[in-house]
Amino acid sequence: MNQEDNNTISVDGELVDLRNRPLAALLAWLIPGAGHFYQGRITKAAIFFTCIMSTWILGFAVGGSHVVYSSWEPGDKRWHYYLQAGAGMISFPAYIQGRRMDDATDSFTGETKSDYEPLWDGLMAPPVRPVIESDADEVAAWYAQRGAGYEMGTWYTVIAGLLNILVIYDAYGGPLSVPISGRKKDEVDADESDQDRE
Amino acid sequence: MLSISPTYMLYYLPLIVTVALVFGATRHENTTLVLNHAWQTAKWITGFMGVIFAVLYTISLFT
Repeated sequence: MNQEDNNTISVDGELVDLRNRPLAALLAWLIPGAGHFYQGRITKAAIFFTCIMSTWILGFAVGGSHVVYSSWEPGDKRWHYYLQAGAGMISFPAYIQGRRMDDATDSFTGETKSDYEPLWDGLMAPPVRPVIESDADEVAAWYAQRGAGYEMGTWYTVIAGLLNILVIYDAYGGPLSVPISGRKKDEVDADESDQDRE
Repeated sequence: MLSISPTYMLYYLPLIVTVALVFGATRHENTTLVLNHAWQTAKWITGFMGVIFAVLYTISLFT
């Protein structure tokens, strides 16, 4: 079986050419739906792009544009970012801002240096350090401003990133499970050849 | 009865649409099957949440 056969699967009675799978997976991560667009699966590309991007952006807006940032400091280990980054390129500014904040953090005191200026008007910038859970720091102010919106915004963006992991897998290997609606092309070919022999 | 405003349930609507559609579309290629799967997923999740709500509500009546 050549490479082309390995990349063609049969699902729901349709032959799907997955083309270059790693590239499709990479595109799917960078922009939700882009991997499927590259593979010519236009309807699914539109569904994924619309659903995931709108959920991510809605969460970002509901959370007051402070729910996505990168930080791994004592008192502010923002593990959510690793999941939010599943939505790809849209999360990249947070990584850049996080690196800048790390560079601008005094390693001895853990405080942000006074000459620190975030890029892009503070878009996805981490809070000014130190962040101490019991104190009225910048994170506490964001919570106070948005209330439940901050929590919901965080979860919306996290869920959008998690959903895109399913999409990346779909771009790489085809539909997750193929219940009764389709099978791999080689299995279909094997069945057909068995029937021919009978 | 509820300790939060029922309007918070509005957060649920966009999420269920997104999750159901993405679940459906990652399991089928045919658009009709995608939509059917999404509808089934939405019903299942909503039902599951409804059962959890009913259990918690019942417990709250006795506490």
